[in-house]
Amino acid sequence: MLLFLMASGLTLIFSMMGVLNFAHASFFMLGAYFAYQISHHIGFWPGLIAAPILVGILGAAVERYALRPVHRFGHVAELLFTFGLAFVIEEVVQMIWGKVPVPYDVPASMNVTAFAWQGLDYSAYRIFMLLISVAIFVALFFGLTKTRIGLIIRAALTHPHMVASLGHDVPKVFMWTFGVGCALAGVAGVIGGNVLGTEPGMAIQLGPIVFVVIVVGGLGSLGGALIASLLIGILNNMAIAYDFSFYPIFTALGVEREAEGVLGDLVGLTTGAIAPLMPYLLLVLMLIFRPRGLFGTRDV
Amino acid sequence: MIMPGAKQISVGALLVALMIILPLIVNSGFALTIMSQGGVAIIFALAFNMLLGQGGMLSFGHAVYFGLAGYVTAHVLNGMANGDLPYLPVSLIPLVGGLAGLFFGILIGFVSTRRAGTAFAMISLGFAELATALTLIIIFFFNGEEGVQTDRWVREEWFGITYGPDIQVYYLIAVWCVIASIAMYALTHTPFGRMSNAVRDNPERVQFIGYNTHRVRWLAFSLSSFFAGLAGALHAVNLEHVGFETVGLAQSAVILIMVYIGGTGHFAGPILGAILITLLNAYLSDISPAWFLYLGLIFVLMVMFAPGGLAGLIMMHEPIRRTAPHLFMRMLPAYAAALGTSLVALVGGIGLIEMAYFLSTTVSQKTVFTLYGITLDAADFWPWLVCVVLAAGGGFACSRTYPRLAESYGWAMHEARAAVAS
Repeated sequence: MLLFLMASGLTLIFSMMGVLNFAHASFFMLGAYFAYQISHHIGFWPGLIAAPILVGILGAAVERYALRPVHRFGHVAELLFTFGLAFVIEEVVQMIWGKVPVPYDVPASMNVTAFAWQGLDYSAYRIFMLLISVAIFVALFFGLTKTRIGLIIRAALTHPHMVASLGHDVPKVFMWTFGVGCALAGVAGVIGGNVLGTEPGMAIQLGPIVFVVIVVGGLGSLGGALIASLLIGILNNMAIAYDFSFYPIFTALGVEREAEGVLGDLVGLTTGAIAPLMPYLLLVLMLIFRPRGLFGTRDV
Repeated sequence: MIMPGAKQISVGALLVALMIILPLIVNSGFALTIMSQGGVAIIFALAFNMLLGQGGMLSFGHAVYFGLAGYVTAHVLNGMANGDLPYLPVSLIPLVGGLAGLFFGILIGFVSTRRAGTAFAMISLGFAELATALTLIIIFFFNGEEGVQTDRWVREEWFGITYGPDIQVYYLIAVWCVIASIAMYALTHTPFGRMSNAVRDNPERVQFIGYNTHRVRWLAFSLSSFFAGLAGALHAVNLEHVGFETVGLAQSAVILIMVYIGGTGHFAGPILGAILITLLNAYLSDISPAWFLYLGLIFVLMVMFAPGGLAGLIMMHEPIRRTAPHLFMRMLPAYAAALGTSLVALVGGIGLIEMAYFLSTTVSQKTVFTLYGITLDAADFWPWLVCVVLAAGGGFACSRTYPRLAESYGWAMHEARAAVAS
């Protein structure tokens, strides 16, 4: 679900502005670090509100003062810019908070078992994460499809000149869309940073997977992002949890376990070992066979 | 095919002469290492620019072909050493790497070049992650995190070359660098090179003329992978080790930054960028812990204000130089003002970043350090004040001087045009 939170922000920005925000995971990381800093001084709950707002304002400022001038050079330049931005943010985070993980913990009040099912403990915090994600999905979905603001945003995407002539400030709409997208990444950072570990490498780890999610789900599709993030999350966890070995397949093919060289490595493989590969394999297969993604309306 | 003009030939000859003479002048081991790295970087950067500059394809994973070719080269060298593979002179081993790069380029390129622009960039990122993950899984080929060790000293070759001493490896790299550069330069002038540019600028029109844009991109991608593989092989020969980081995202990012800062629009841009960044990387990374931050900032500023890169900035002045060089004298005050204010802002900005780094406890335990030859305590208040004033003042002054510089440039261009017209 954390993946969905990030993917929703990214897909929001992409569908609105056509900008693939390479620095999205960096904003996620900033959210986690801000929340750490705030929770260090005041507490977790104010951080939950304040950190995403800070990230959102930062995102809006980046859009206004840096991304907008780049816009005229085209989409590839924008992509390059956000790529550089990700680089800079990672370095700045290292500069301020250091290279080692910071002790950003789950709040004590939430660190209790909510219920146990089939011998597994589900902590209250995980439930809380799930609830927040669902709430944001519902809010975004209705916000974009049913409200006037959502209408303007969607119209600004397809008919920017018409919307501008009707008296709306289109660049400002874009700025706030970018800000909100970043704030969503910030929320994900706040509630995910303490579970995944808050360190400078977290952006690089998660960033590409989020890209996979929005491509597989279909660029610009909120529902697609939801399904794809669930799909990838479940696939990943199942692969690790059940840890199937490919050995039976190889025995069927007549290969012995003690095989040397290439086969030796392949025989020893388990699904757990190739779990990190799966999202990217999925991405490649998707781009070959269905480039628009599961629910996309247009090609990548 | 258009033959290169006398000017290009003379510039090229000068560079070649410099490459030959340089090790004789500065022959410290460290300098030699850097020059070897620079040579590899030049080939790789030119190969990358075949995609980004000439083909308009932004790749976040071109190091995949660089790294994979490096692995193949290391294995071939090892195989030759223990007699599993027939002997091939080490001087020609880069071709093996190039062919490996070509192979993977043809294979992966078929999938990824079906689209250009953002989609291509994302697919390349996917393959980069895939390759990185594979290096840790397929142990027999990649040997996990340790990487593959090799020995470039197989047996004595022509003229008693053994590739034992670093200097011989430098000349190997230099020779291949020249060959590859000439080949890639020649490619830009072939019909294929022109079609590649056309596909970059207006794919729709190219399709109407009857070309297959996918095939042109695929060819460009494969050839670029060939040269990237060549660079990867030289890298393996140079370091005698290939690690999983050579296929990774960071390696791709560095080459992208190099090429972009150098300039994608001009053939010499990547060469400039490769030399500059290799030098800065070698010397600055020792001085400042914030080196990567500076690199990132330079890159971001380049994307924002100078999308043509350094080569683009230089080439902007070409028309003026050609028609009315005396105008440069009139532009001098504007340049001096812009340069002066930039320096002030730079001094302040660097001071702030350095002090912030030293205040962060991870770099060092003490807060006292030396900057610009002055010993400072980052915990004090006054150095911060000075640097903030310098950075803010310089930044503000820059916002005044740069428009004037642009104005002056516009005026000079106007004059130059008038000179041409009359």
